[in-house]
Amino acid sequence: MLVEVEALDEILRRHGYQRAALIGILQDIQSRVNYLPRKALQYVSKCLEIPLSEIYEVATFYKAFHLEPRGKHTIQVCLGTACHVRGSQRILSYLETLLDVKAGGTTKDLSFSLETVNCLGACALGPLLVIDRKYYGKMGTGKIESLLKKYQ
Amino acid sequence: MSPHFKTISELASFREGLKRSRDPKSPWIAICCGTGCQACGALEVLEAFREKIQEMGLKDQIGIRATGCHGFCERGPLVVIRPQKICYMNVTPEDVSEILHQVANGGGVIERLLYQDPLSKQRLLYEEEIPFYKFQQRIVFGNNGEIDPTDIDDYIRIGGYQALEKVLSTMTPEAVIQTIKESGLRGRGGGGFPTGIKWEACRRAKGKEKFVICNADEGDPGAYMDRSLLEGNPHRVIEGMLIGAYAIGSEEGYVYVRNEYPLAISNLTCALDQARAYGLLGKNILGSGLNFQIKISRGGGAFVCGESTALMASLEGRVGEPRAKYIHTVEQGLWNQPSNLNNVETWANVPIIINRGVQWYTSIGTEGSKGTKIFSLVGKIHHTGLVEVPMGMTLRQIIFDIGGGIPKGKRFKAVQTGGPSGGCIPESLLDLPVDFDRLQEAGSMMGSGGMIVMDEDNCMVDMARYFVQFLEEESCGKCTPCREGLQQMGRILNRICRGEGKKGDIELLEDLSLVMIESSLCGLGLTAPNPVLSTLRYFREEYEAHIEEKRCPAKFCRELISFSIRPDKCTGCGACARLCPTQAIKGERKKVHFLESQKCVKCKACVEACKFDAIEIN
Repeated sequence: MLVEVEALDEILRRHGYQRAALIGILQDIQSRVNYLPRKALQYVSKCLEIPLSEIYEVATFYKAFHLEPRGKHTIQVCLGTACHVRGSQRILSYLETLLDVKAGGTTKDLSFSLETVNCLGACALGPLLVIDRKYYGKMGTGKIESLLKKYQ
Repeated sequence: MSPHFKTISELASFREGLKRSRDPKSPWIAICCGTGCQACGALEVLEAFREKIQEMGLKDQIGIRATGCHGFCERGPLVVIRPQKICYMNVTPEDVSEILHQVANGGGVIERLLYQDPLSKQRLLYEEEIPFYKFQQRIVFGNNGEIDPTDIDDYIRIGGYQALEKVLSTMTPEAVIQTIKESGLRGRGGGGFPTGIKWEACRRAKGKEKFVICNADEGDPGAYMDRSLLEGNPHRVIEGMLIGAYAIGSEEGYVYVRNEYPLAISNLTCALDQARAYGLLGKNILGSGLNFQIKISRGGGAFVCGESTALMASLEGRVGEPRAKYIHTVEQGLWNQPSNLNNVETWANVPIIINRGVQWYTSIGTEGSKGTKIFSLVGKIHHTGLVEVPMGMTLRQIIFDIGGGIPKGKRFKAVQTGGPSGGCIPESLLDLPVDFDRLQEAGSMMGSGGMIVMDEDNCMVDMARYFVQFLEEESCGKCTPCREGLQQMGRILNRICRGEGKKGDIELLEDLSLVMIESSLCGLGLTAPNPVLSTLRYFREEYEAHIEEKRCPAKFCRELISFSIRPDKCTGCGACARLCPTQAIKGERKKVHFLESQKCVKCKACVEACKFDAIEIN
């Protein structure tokens, strides 16, 4: 398994083995390995004594969770209203063409995952692009290629 | 060793000590480190200040503080020299030595970093002179620029936790509720429900225990005031919750915050730790007998969790589906116990009302909406950022006096308020005073305070489609009218934008809207038709142009436009061709280029790249 049992135990312990903390537990697992491996979810199900189906219900309801491995870098295109009126859709289509991947997907070489997000709260700087949690404001299609080079 | 206060007077005398320990005239520099300024490089500027101040040996003369958001995010990183409040904008690490030199030696100000009035070209020195700040009334948001959010002493020094002292020493819980009721405070999360009445209902409700919850699941796209408050002044929110807990009789509180706001989470976590260490959270707070704890719960990125019952389900670790509210959450909420949920900005208003009194607070605002409201003024506008204005200010004042109008000489078209539940307000209503009731009459709503300005290049049908698609994705799917209604509306709007609209589509949209308003389960579905209905009300002719003439008047909808290069304007610089992701533009250097429309994906990269307006949209 990608996440060691000890790491899972540590996360579960920190949340007091509480059913109510399930969302937090899943967030912590994901922040370690970028996605939610099935085996990790099975382990959580056993420890918290809740059916795996219930964990999947939560993991698939909330947008933040991923059940498949993702690219080395995550690109998030903000599609909040403020970014939308300043042309974020253009940024997205440009990236989709450039990386040959649809929003929500990962490039074949597993270097980038392309995601959309509904507002990151830096609306004054739209259109906004976030790569691995670093914000790039006032984005234009002309700036993207050189920006991505930094991550290749 | 931090102090642990056992009585109210201990805290009060500690505050006096803090005030005495700092000379109000001594210079210090505030560096805005809100998310907006960080995206512009504020952390590098902060680092440069820390280094240079050591190098120049000024550590004992000049103070440095990383503060929360100042609001004028567009001009970040912002640096303010206090106490004079000289405001520098777009500061880079290279400017740092010069600034320090000027502050230390009282030298002349650095002209190039000052705000320049776009019309008179005059440079403005002080924060309060800049139009963006001048017309605001920043009672809730204003302290952000004065304090380091990770230092509780900063908050206490400016009078923090004084309202808590007052409440615990001189007021009964009933008196607190009465004060909040008289203040006319209404929920800032969007609904505008009177806060005092909610508290009273929760106090009266019977239950084993009661919960106080802060809604920081700021899901409305285009609004970020709650994040900036939590990042910049977390203790004020905590103080508000403490006062609420005392009034309602609760011992446990939650802050439900979006996981997309990492800085807000870390500043809040830090603030809670400090408050606990100081004895402001925990058992027998300040010797008053009040017990109260606050936990943080991170959201999973579902818009519907801003709805009270869905939020509480999510707090319990379940999927965030709302339930019918025959029984209100103030009676049966979290774990079926009485629960009082308020939004971040609402909680932040509470200590101010207690400190300054009902009479002062009710002197601000309109008949039915008291106090101020923070708006995020974004979109096609000169001065983007967060603004706090008294209720009742007109849209025109906010957009043109504070926001500086529309850039690039374009014409104002509409302003969208209230997020996906709100509507678009046209130019003819620019003199509308902004408060809860007036916005509702205009077919929009206050929402959490997003104000997205649009110009002539924005298509209103596309706007409606944008919100419907957003909500379609975010609908939890529990009730049929919302789940199916949004899907059908999305299909129709997509068709119209593609130029495949049919006669009768508009009427069908109106019918669907009516059903959703009548029969949806929660606020999401009940208000979801607002973006469609408001654009239909004010911009019907745009829908008709799409349907009847297959034409997008704003030249925005992809399927209805095509691109070509104007030979009279093209200089052959090749900027467009280099950027085109599909190599649809060809041409020799210094000769007129041409565009192969079969290859064109209409991404508009060429339009952005061309400096000569040579790309024509037909």
